[in-house]
Amino acid sequence: MARVRASRVLPGFGLSLGFTLAYLSLLVLVPLSAVIMRAAGMSLADFWQAVSSPRVVASYRLTFGASLLAAAINTVFGFLLAWSLVRYRFPGKRIVDALVDLPFALPTAVAGISLTALYAKNGWLGQYLEAIGIKVAFTPLGVLVALIFIGLPFVVRTVQPVLEDLDTEVEEAAASLGAKRWQTVRRVVLPALLPALLTGFALAFARAVGEYGSVIFIAGNLPMISEITPLIIITKLEQYDYAGATAVASVMLAASFLLLLAINGLQGWTDRRSAKAP
Amino acid sequence: MSWKRILVCAAFAAPYVFSLSSVANARTSILNASYDVSRELYKDINPAFVAAWKAKTGETITVNQSHGGSSKQALSIIAGLEADVVTMNQASDIDALVERGGYVAADWRTRFPYDATPYTTTTVFLVRKGNPKGIRDWNDLVRPGVGVILPNPKISGNGRYTYLAAWGYALKKSKTEGAAREFVARLFANVPVVDGGGRGATTTFTQRDVGDVLVTFENEAVAIGVELGADKFDVVYPRFSVKAAAPVALVDKVVDKRGTRRLATAYLQFLFSPQGQEIIARHAFRPRNKTVLQKFAGRFPAIKTFSVERMLGGWASVQAKHFAEGAIYDQIVVNR
Repeated sequence: MARVRASRVLPGFGLSLGFTLAYLSLLVLVPLSAVIMRAAGMSLADFWQAVSSPRVVASYRLTFGASLLAAAINTVFGFLLAWSLVRYRFPGKRIVDALVDLPFALPTAVAGISLTALYAKNGWLGQYLEAIGIKVAFTPLGVLVALIFIGLPFVVRTVQPVLEDLDTEVEEAAASLGAKRWQTVRRVVLPALLPALLTGFALAFARAVGEYGSVIFIAGNLPMISEITPLIIITKLEQYDYAGATAVASVMLAASFLLLLAINGLQGWTDRRSAKAP
Repeated sequence: MSWKRILVCAAFAAPYVFSLSSVANARTSILNASYDVSRELYKDINPAFVAAWKAKTGETITVNQSHGGSSKQALSIIAGLEADVVTMNQASDIDALVERGGYVAADWRTRFPYDATPYTTTTVFLVRKGNPKGIRDWNDLVRPGVGVILPNPKISGNGRYTYLAAWGYALKKSKTEGAAREFVARLFANVPVVDGGGRGATTTFTQRDVGDVLVTFENEAVAIGVELGADKFDVVYPRFSVKAAAPVALVDKVVDKRGTRRLATAYLQFLFSPQGQEIIARHAFRPRNKTVLQKFAGRFPAIKTFSVERMLGGWASVQAKHFAEGAIYDQIVVNR
């Protein structure tokens, strides 16, 4: 015991840990446990029926599928954006930098309505896309577009600071030791960025899974095709089916938690691997 | 008196002043929780009532409005929204307030004339100018290639009336439930976008240019013509449709707590007065008052309607049979 106490250099460990736990409990754990408790009040058969009806299963597929895809796309293009913003100088760079944060600030309903107006068949972009046979508004593709929009800042903002810390000298050293350009990217730059990329991916994914406001306008909300899980939950609530709504919500929570846990595990694994590497 | 002392006095007095003013507020303001597409109506009703009340009692009052999907409004009241009156578009959302916490007394239908429904409307079609797809009646909506826009029957009164109107039409025509079910299934297979409420469906049809026909309340269809120009859309009356009576009720728990029973009752009675009925008629809702209805007869084409209570056995059984989890609507949309 004495050794533990002696090993801490910073004071106030007990106080700050206590505060952290109390704060997390009040703001996160209590509301979440209310969800679980409500759902736990159901019989197993009722619970299973609420969470496994074909319409609900179709919505999981859309919500998790589109969220994973949107997060993946954001990881690729968010990385490119961060790279341009850190490594190059160009006029208007500050403005572009500020633009990245806009999806954070814009009310999601506004984003949803503008995207829908843009991609509807009489919209600025929609009219040309429709002409070549691509329908975006009121299809699952529209859901994907909305999720990419709201998730973009997460990857850029997590990768940017890490990239800024990554000295170009390291790349130059790799080059002077005879590494090809692609080798430098693959063996030097990417490993250093991988944890940040994974974090950005996880954040963008988590945000997309829970997104309601922007998606609802562009999705079309067709049962079995373009209905997202949050809409199913709200529909159940508006029919006074609190238990059914919390049952679906708890499935969503569990799935998101497992996926985030897996991503964190992956991150730990890459950290250890890069630490071991000579 | 020094400035400091004045400040101290003010600081101590402030809570009393504010609490007094909130008591005064409790008596002279009421909140009306209403459904999605009644905004324009109450924008006209409220100033007229405020003026009438001032002329009668000398009191200056305010009427605040809250709008949203009608089930959502009922949920908000259960969750604590202090609405003095509710003005909905279907009785089941007021019955929910009776069953879930006794916010409204069970006998609410008997407190005002006509089962506490100051006006009715019906479900009609809005088509693009010139009616290019030749849509005249319900059976035209199930033809292949016709896009039908309507709000979600699970969460919108407007959508539920549309679904039931189609069901009632098919039931009357074919006499069997199996055929009615098949008819409604074919209709919903023609729906490309499902919106959360009546206004959302209007936007999808008029602004996004999706679909060939919008199925919605008569008042909404007429209002679109007025707002967006009669040169863009035509209203089509089907031969047979559903009668949607809009129920109103006092929220007993709230008016007793806030001491607004007298004011709230007068507000709802105003809806049934000749003046209120005339405002209602001007907004394309069908008034109950015969004289007012005569005066505006030209605006309301005759249409044969059925009532949910008489033909389909009331909202409770309709809810359980059609819209509950796994009921007919769910089965239809899952197998589309």
